[in-house]
Amino acid sequence: MSERRVVVTGLGATTPLGADVDTTWKALLAGQSGVRLLTEDWRELLPVHFAARVATEPADQMERVEMRRLDRSEQFALVASREAWKDAGSPDDIDKERLGVVIASGIGGVITLLDQFVNLNEKGARGVSPHTVPMLMPNGPAANVGLELKAKAGVHTPVSACASGAEAIGYAYEMIKNNRADIIVTGGVEAAIHQLPMAGFAAMKALSTRNDAPQRASRPYDLDRDGFVLGEGGGVLILEEYESAKARGAKIYCEVAGQGLTSDGYHIAAPDPDGEGVQRAIKFALHASGLSTKDIVHLNAHATSTPAGDVAEANALRKALGADADHVAVSATKSMTGHLLGGAGAIESVFIVKALQERLAPPTINIENLDPAVTIDVVRDTPRQLPAGDIAALNDSFGFGGHNVVLAFKSL
Amino acid sequence: MALSQADVLAGIKEIVEEVAGIPAAKIELDKNFTDDLEVDSLSMVEVVVACEERFGVKIPDEKVTELATVGDAVNFIVNAAA
Repeated sequence: MSERRVVVTGLGATTPLGADVDTTWKALLAGQSGVRLLTEDWRELLPVHFAARVATEPADQMERVEMRRLDRSEQFALVASREAWKDAGSPDDIDKERLGVVIASGIGGVITLLDQFVNLNEKGARGVSPHTVPMLMPNGPAANVGLELKAKAGVHTPVSACASGAEAIGYAYEMIKNNRADIIVTGGVEAAIHQLPMAGFAAMKALSTRNDAPQRASRPYDLDRDGFVLGEGGGVLILEEYESAKARGAKIYCEVAGQGLTSDGYHIAAPDPDGEGVQRAIKFALHASGLSTKDIVHLNAHATSTPAGDVAEANALRKALGADADHVAVSATKSMTGHLLGGAGAIESVFIVKALQERLAPPTINIENLDPAVTIDVVRDTPRQLPAGDIAALNDSFGFGGHNVVLAFKSL
Repeated sequence: MALSQADVLAGIKEIVEEVAGIPAAKIELDKNFTDDLEVDSLSMVEVVVACEERFGVKIPDEKVTELATVGDAVNFIVNAAA
């Protein structure tokens, strides 16, 4: 049997820039910011008064009765999965034993957990919802999508903080590659805009405190960057085995060519300044996909807008790609979406698929003064045309704990 | 405080519609919560807690399993409140 190849046949998203992939992508190309001042009173508790909430509330996209037993992260997963499934042509008659789901979350149903703790304290144990556990478990988003589609090949949830979404897609890729499934609904979601997680990130000095200009706060690679902006939402891709996708006449966006996974063994939260683990992950991803640095024309960077992280990543990219980094258009889309934690690697993979399809690398906004320590080719302010012919792109994602995930996509 | 059967039925209709999304018009005394209305075990817990709050009665866990139909629940609550 020839080697199994994995392709993308559907996309879905709900993001701070739009209720679906099309509106998000248009806003991204236009360089819009999804960051807003929070309207909740609790923002006054925090040094940070802004975040990137989804552009469209799940309440406008699903039924009330369905929503009330789902954590917000699970709502995002269902909204994005329904769009992706439909985009893939709603292949409902496929063998369910060959259908899997791999959807990640960085933190899980943290808002449910905290809300129910308030209920417990105010009303006693009887006041705690019987849906509490299914809502707060990190595998809840994947499980609910799996239930809806009756997936029976396996439902999984890799957790690696902000690398979770990318790790999920890599896991799905492996499942198809290794013949465990023919079609997988995969991605990542996060719903953690709440005073407690925000206070935790703020205590680490990880969040920007640019309260006087929230839309300028997420500024990867800018000299005055001061932290990330918390976002919410999620992205979902339908991955499919190439021959079976062709056989059913599916629209094929591109190929998931390979992945590279490493860990730093360095620090629980700080990036290794040499980015050694990142470099190895890039090499592994290229090797696994049979690509060379010459083939890579675009990269969607992790670039969260933290002082240490952006430079460590940029250095690692320069070292891993060498002179070929000069022809890699690097986009830091968190400048517009904020940082979706476990959803980040997923929406950024959606963006890469769109970039390969439309041959356009999205811009990075808010760079007023490029940090001179950044020696990679950053796409600034307006989209950049990508070359014709066979091209490939990388998505890198890193998570607290020292997790490094690099995914390789190539045109077909 | 005495509750009328009609008042309790009306209240249960509202609760089941809120919790499980079943249209109130479908909720009748002879309907079985599980088989007819498809209220699952987790939602049934919500219905019970909401009934307790609304009608000021206590529905012990061991009684819940005996409340198969809407009528069973109405009778239990009317008697418990009497």
